[in-house]
This record gives sequence, C-alpha cells and structure tokens, in this order.
Amino acid sequence: MSRYVSYRDFDWLLLIFVLLICGLGVMEIRSATMHTKFAGSHIRQMYWIAAGVGMMFLISLVNYQVLLDRIHWFYIAAVASLMAVMVFGQKYLGAKRWIKMPGGNHFQPSEWVKLILILAMAKFFAELRHRELSWPDFMKAGAIVVIPMLLVLKQPDLGTALTYIPIAIMGVFLGGMQWKQGLLVAVLAGVAIGAVFFVPRVHVLKTYQKQRLTSFMDPENDPQGTGYQVEQSKIAVGSGGLWGGKGSQTHGAFLPVPQTDFIFAAFSEEHGFVGALGVLLLYFIVLMRLTQNAQTAPDRAGTFVVMGVVAVLSFHILVNVGMVVGFMPVTGIPLPLMSYGGSSVLFMFLALGMVMNVRMRRFVN
Amino acid sequence: MFGRDEKVSAIRLTAAQYTILAIFLVLAYGLWKLQVMESGYYASAAEKNRIRNVPILAPRGKILDREGRVIVDNYPSFSALLLRDSSRDLNADADLIAQGLHLDANEVRTRIRRFSSMPQYQPIFLKEDITPDELAFIDAHRNELPELDTIVAHRRLYPRNGFMAHLIGYVGEVTEDMLNQPQFELYNPGDVVGVSGVERQYNNALMGKNGARRALVNSHGREVGLLGETDAVPGKQLKLTVDIDLQIAAEEALDGKNGAIVAMDPRTGEILAMVSRPTFDPQSFSVRVSRDQWSKLVNDENHPLLNKAIQAQLAPGSTFKIIMATAGLQEGIAQDLHVNCTGGGIFYGRYFKCWIAARHQTHGAVDIAKGIYQSCDVFFYTLGEKLGIDRIAKYAMALGMGQKTGIDLPQEVSGVMPSEQWKIKNFKQKWFAGETISVSIGQGAVAATPIQMARAFGAIASGGRMVRPHVTNPTDLPPGIVPAQSVPDEVTIPIDPKNWEIITDAMAQVVSPVGTAGASAIKDVDMAGKTGSAQTVSNALKAKMSASDKAKYKDNGWFVGVEPRRNPEIVVCALFEEGEHGSLAAHVVSDVIKAYVEKQRRLPTKMAKSTGAAEIGAVWTEPDADGGEQKLQGGHFFLDVAKRPLAAMAAAPGMHQ
Repeated sequence: MSRYVSYRDFDWLLLIFVLLICGLGVMEIRSATMHTKFAGSHIRQMYWIAAGVGMMFLISLVNYQVLLDRIHWFYIAAVASLMAVMVFGQKYLGAKRWIKMPGGNHFQPSEWVKLILILAMAKFFAELRHRELSWPDFMKAGAIVVIPMLLVLKQPDLGTALTYIPIAIMGVFLGGMQWKQGLLVAVLAGVAIGAVFFVPRVHVLKTYQKQRLTSFMDPENDPQGTGYQVEQSKIAVGSGGLWGGKGSQTHGAFLPVPQTDFIFAAFSEEHGFVGALGVLLLYFIVLMRLTQNAQTAPDRAGTFVVMGVVAVLSFHILVNVGMVVGFMPVTGIPLPLMSYGGSSVLFMFLALGMVMNVRMRRFVN
Repeated sequence: MFGRDEKVSAIRLTAAQYTILAIFLVLAYGLWKLQVMESGYYASAAEKNRIRNVPILAPRGKILDREGRVIVDNYPSFSALLLRDSSRDLNADADLIAQGLHLDANEVRTRIRRFSSMPQYQPIFLKEDITPDELAFIDAHRNELPELDTIVAHRRLYPRNGFMAHLIGYVGEVTEDMLNQPQFELYNPGDVVGVSGVERQYNNALMGKNGARRALVNSHGREVGLLGETDAVPGKQLKLTVDIDLQIAAEEALDGKNGAIVAMDPRTGEILAMVSRPTFDPQSFSVRVSRDQWSKLVNDENHPLLNKAIQAQLAPGSTFKIIMATAGLQEGIAQDLHVNCTGGGIFYGRYFKCWIAARHQTHGAVDIAKGIYQSCDVFFYTLGEKLGIDRIAKYAMALGMGQKTGIDLPQEVSGVMPSEQWKIKNFKQKWFAGETISVSIGQGAVAATPIQMARAFGAIASGGRMVRPHVTNPTDLPPGIVPAQSVPDEVTIPIDPKNWEIITDAMAQVVSPVGTAGASAIKDVDMAGKTGSAQTVSNALKAKMSASDKAKYKDNGWFVGVEPRRNPEIVVCALFEEGEHGSLAAHVVSDVIKAYVEKQRRLPTKMAKSTGAAEIGAVWTEPDADGGEQKLQGGHFFLDVAKRPLAAMAAAPGMHQ
C-alpha cells in the first residue's frame, strides 16, 4: 500500500468558495459593528480565519484512519470534558458551558464534541458488516449521540445539543437505515417538536428555551422578548428588498447581535434578495462539492466523515437562515463561516480539514 | 459479506443531495417572500422603527380667583431615567446613581435586571418628581453617567393643606374606563385629565394640546436626527367666581369641624366660597397616590373626598321652616295662624314634641314671626297639617328642593322632596298623613344639600328670583367652552311683597336677642337667617341607644344666612356635622358674612393684613425622621398682597360702582 499524499490533491476549489463566504462574513461584521463597542471585530475574525486555515492544513496531514483508530479514547475524553463542565464550569447568563483555561481563555467543549461525534459515527458505521442496519446497531448509533447530547442539554445549551442530531440521522440514513427505523426517527422528531410547541411545562426545556421556540410562531404577541428579535430580523430582511438598502435595522441597533446569530439578516438588509440568494448559492456549491468528495472517498469511513460534516453544515444553515426569515425559532445557532466567533470558525475549518484529509487519500489504494 | 471498503449506497448519497437542495429552496422561498413579495410592508416597518413621535407635553391652564389671583399653578417636574446605551455597564454605575438619586443600589440593579428583556429603546424610569439637588447631581454627571437623563413634565401645583380642594378637584392619568366613554374619545392613554371638581368640569378648557417632535432614533432611543416639530398648545386659564379672601374666611371658620360652607351671590348665582371638611391634599395625587393612602381616603367615615357642599344630602332641619313659611303665607294660611305651644301637640293621633320641651319650657302664643325666630315646632306642625304634603312639596320643588341646582361642578346630588306621588313611585305605598308633620320641620324623608338651601334662601330673600349657582362666569370662559346647563339660569317664584317682608323680618329677628342665634349678630350688619338642627337618627332609635352611641349620632347643625335681609348680596349656608345646634353653625356663617362686609367696606382683609406675601402652593419634601427641616422641592408661589394698595383694590364682589 503506497502512502502518497500531496497538496496537489487538496480541494483548492472548495477552499476558494469557503474563503469567499468568509470574506463576505468579515465584510458584514465590519459594517454591522462599525459604530458599536464591537468595532474591530472583523479584524479579530480575520485572525480566527487565518488560524482556522492553518489548522485545516495541519489536520489534513494526519491520516484520518489514525484518528479513527483512536476514536474511542477521543469519545471518552469528550464525554469526560462535558462532565467536567458540569462540575467545574463557569456559569454565565444562567448556563454552564465554559471551562476557564489556565491562560484565561474560555473553552467550550460542546463545540469540539461535534467533531468527535462525526468521527465516532464514521468509525461505527464503517465497521458494520451488513447491508441493512440491524435494530441493535441502530440503538447503539443512537446511544453514541444521545449521551453527549443529554449532557449538553443539561448545561443548558439547546442549540448546540440540537446540532448533534443531524450527525446521527445522516449516519443512520447512510448506514442502511430500514424504513421502519426511518419511521421511528420521524415519529421521535415529531413527538419532540410536538412536545416543545404544544405541551405546556415540558420539564426538559428551560422556560427561556420554550419561549424561544414558541414565540417565533406569533412574534407580535411578545414584542419584547425573542419574538421581538424574530420580528426585527424579518423587518431587516424584508426592508432590504431586491437590491438592498442602507441598513437602518442593522445600524440603528434594532437587529439583535447582527455580527453573530443574525449576520445573515444584516447581510440581507444591506444587499437585498440578490445578495442573500448569492450567499445561499455559495453555500450550496460548497455542500455539493463536499458530497462529491464524499462519493470519491477512499473508503466507507471517509464517506461518513465527509457526510457528517455536510449534515452539520446543512443543519446550521437551515436553522440559522430559517430563524432569520422567521421559519425557525431562535436557538442561538450561528451561521458557519460568516458569523463572528472563534469557536465556530475553528470548528468549521477543522471539519473542512477532515474533509481535505479524506480527499487527499482518495488514490491511496 | 459486506466489505469494510464497500462503498456507501450511491442512491442514498443522491437522496441526501436532494434533501439539501430542498432545504435551500425553502430558504430561498423565505427570502423571496420577505424581500420581494412583502418588501413594502417591511420597509415601512423599518421606517416606523426609526421614527419616533416624542410628545411635547402641554401645561394645563392656571385657575384664578375672581380678581385674577392665581389659585392653581404648574411647576416643572423632572423624572430621572436610565437610557440603556450598550456602551455602559449599568450595574457598575448603579452605586453612584443610587447615591445621587437617594435610591437603594440593589433596587436600581433589580430594576435594570427586570428591564433587561424589554426592548433597548425603552428607558428605565428610576424616579419621578426628583428634587433640585438630585437634578443638579444628574447635570453634574453628564459625562461620567451619560446613560442618566431627565424628562420634564408639568405638574399641578395646588394650594397647601387642602385649601379649596373640593371645588378645584384634582387631576390624574386618564383611566381605561374613561377612554371607553365617547365623551373622552379624544384622550390618549397617559393623558393627565381632571378627575373631580373644576379640573374635571372644565377639563376641555384647562387641558392643552400636546405637541410632538418627529425624531430619528436608534434602538436605544437616542435621538440621532429631527424631522419636524409641532408646538404644544398650553391649556387656557380659567377664572372662577370665587373670592380668595372670602374663601380664606370660610376655610378658617370651618377649621377643625366636619361639614360644608357655600357662599353665593344670590343676584347672579356666583359662588364666592365653597368649603367641605374634612379635606384632602390634592398635591399628593398629582405625583402618585399610594394604594394605602387612597383606601384610607375612600374608607374614612368622614368622607374627605366628598364635596359636602353639593354631595351631602341630609335632613335640613328647621332651616326648612322658611320654605314652609313661604308656602303657608302664599297659601294665605300662615298670616292668621296662631298656635299655643305647650311643648308639643297631638297630630294624627300621635304626640309630637317641640324642641323647647327638652328645656322644660314652652313657647306659649306663637304667630308666624315668632314661629320663625323661636323656631317653634308646634307652629309648623300645625301649619303642615293645614297645608298637606302636596302643597308643601309644590313650593319646596319650586324653590329647588329634590332637584339638582345645575351648578357647573360634577357629581352634584339632587336631595329628596317627598310627596304623595313620590311615595307611590318609590315605595308603592300610600302617603301617611303623619309623615307630613315630620317634613314640616325638615325631618323625615326630606333631604337637601347645602347648595340647595343657599339657593332657596337666596331666592326667598330676593323676593322670589332664583338663579342657577355657578363657579365660572360664561363671559370669563374661553371661547368654545360652554358649561352644561341642565337648569334654567333664572326663574321667578311669585312671592307677595307683604309675605316677603314678614319672612325676611322674622329671619332678621333670628339673629337678634329674641332669636335662636342671637349671639351671632354682627354690629352694623343687617344679617338675617335661620338655624336648624337635624337629627341623624329617629327619636325612636335614639331612645334605644347607649350613651356613647348617642354622642356619636349628634344632631347636625345648619344655618343659612343672608345679608342684607332683603335683596341680599350674599347668602351663606353652613352645615356643621354633629354641631348639635344651629346656633353654632350661625357663628360659622357670621364669620363669613363679616369677612364679606369688611371687604366691601374696604377694610383690610386678613390677607392684606398679613405682612409680606402669603404662600399659596409649593411642593416640599417630607420632613426627616429626625426632625430635619423640609426642603422646597418644586413650584412655589405666593399671593403678593403686600404690594397692592388698599384703595386700588378691585371691587369686592357685588359692588357696582
């Protein structure tokens, strides 16, 4: 088995599109924070992107098979770190999500757990020997995702916990899900959504989470809270029109957090339907390029790794843009590559590094 | 077997791709819907977000007395508020803010936390009606605490100590109830409107029209530009018929007592003074009234919020005998009626006592004059028996009993004048002839307000010319303001001049050594009147009462006086609750009449005699717990009487040069 790896096989085209999206993000962060106390965030975002690209190149050099062989240790470390958050975590805004590191930095383990879950699912399904997914394996795959998910829900961080679900669904689906299992997944999702929206006093969800989830259905009924945010976001997007406008919603600070969760609203207000559709198109190209890479992966595991990244990225776009246009509740999920924030940027580039890793080894055998 | 290097199902990968395509189509549809289909709606919503109409509050009109002296003024009041600019850490500043505004730092933080879910453009109200030193603190810290700001509102400044409180009334924020009524349809929530008294009756004149500033704001409520401005139209000032000098005399005459005084010019119907006791402090309502304070006022058994001059309907007692005398004389019965008072008499099979019997005396031979000045009950029992209830009611109703006088003040009550018809209508019962006997001395079912008694006396003493009382002159009202006129301005009840003389002379004798209020005579003043003392419970009930209850249900004292006795310039009615006897109420009336006459004769009034200026209104801080002095908080105005030379004093009411 020859192990010839070269950056000639690196997906430069994918990187160009990704950096294009990042560039639009930086531009919008600059515009949205210009006269606020967050001014200068776009410079920091560029540092994060540079660091992310560096890490992407680094991780693409480590053979993903090596990572997959040690995945059970990573998984145990991930669950342990989530438990550590519960014990030693810093409480901020009513939730324990961060561990204070010796350097004074804050570390949010739940973000990295996503990456480990992608690898864990890839490993799990790559090992399976049957064309159809058996019920015990179905249950096991579910358990791998549900354990860290419950720990994150406990923090509480509903948004991040939700992002684990698409990894599981994508894995199960590609791993040979039977139609009965698909039905079960659909029923479970239906019950969860029904419980959130229609059953009062669901103890699993904190009040603010339920408010976030329910207020978007009738935003004008709750003009001060999260419904207010959705309403302001819709006004921002809608007032952008076809070609975009001056951006009074963004610059008058009516739009909440325009540089992070609502960056797509800010962008849509300033660049209109044409600009917003252009960004969606860029994301779509990136996703299609990723699935193409999944098809050409050297082995089953590689395909699962890439498709896991596809699942997470698509879910983020669906929930974030869906929230911005008023289809989805406010869950605090950022738009990958565009939203300001180190954790989000680094996660995306690490995930892309994994994809590159798989791609660069496509001719290995 | 299924190898580890076996490829993943291509169909499923394609399915995943189509799912992603579907998601993107849905999102693109969302954008299309907002940005293309409904773009107009959202563009105007964005515009509305940015443009804010900031009201410019209009001050209410001042209220003046008949000589143009200010009774009610406004003062600028500042409220401290916190703008939630995101560039400041409000919690870190809370200590300094709390210190400067004399608040509790934790309370400030709680308030900030409570508002954290509210939109950023809504400022947090920290304190209303701040003191000058708190205002100075905010001004001095504009740079250190840019989030701290003030807004100015005009607040009502009322006379101190509840002076004239019932006549003036007070203002309050418009209630939801009022907003639902058609006559208040032009009011907006948050408007300050008159709630009672003149403030309510003439609210349309007194209330100004708020202006507005169309300003461009950001989401923190900071103004970043100005689009246009419409000025506020201040309320119009309102001149009352009340004379402050007389009002002061009336307030002092009733000080420490419960009851009411009305002083009226019976020639015009102008109210010269109106007092009700106990009183309340309308100033405490103009900022904010606490629930405790409010329920205390409402539940007080002496009804401090009630304007007893127009809202207390009580048995008028012997003052009613003047109306009886008018009826008896006009019907030709009383002139020749001679009664021997033996301390009581039997009417319709029941023994009725004369008040003199309580002193173990009798009135002996009584005619109409003696019946009035000695207030002999037996005489009027006999007269009542001869007249019958319907003839009594005819005259009493003509003189305004049982109907509102039509005074331009809200919530006047009508009193009760019984008749056979009235009994059938209200009780579905036949009138018992015995009830007429009680009515003859102003007891039983008959009930009257002080304003009704003043008007009736004024009419009788003026030879039958009866006017509608009012607190403003139509000529003084701002254009477009018309007082509701439910009663004609003037009616004439035919009274024979001979009868007129008999009644007025007998009334003058009341205030003579032979009369029931001889001690209230004023030297060189032609005062006339009639005493009354009315039982608050029936004799039968009183007989069953304990001594302490008897003390509690003392008789009400009444006196209605005129000056001069015929064609009077002033009529004063005093109700002295639990005053036991009318002679005590007569002192109250004579004090007011004396003040009136002295002013007319250009003698120095009490205010003119006081050295320097008299403080009318001001807002003071509460005295400290350790007895520290009160600090002036806002609005302070005086009646600058010292500067007015007496000779140049405006004509006293009723003086026609």
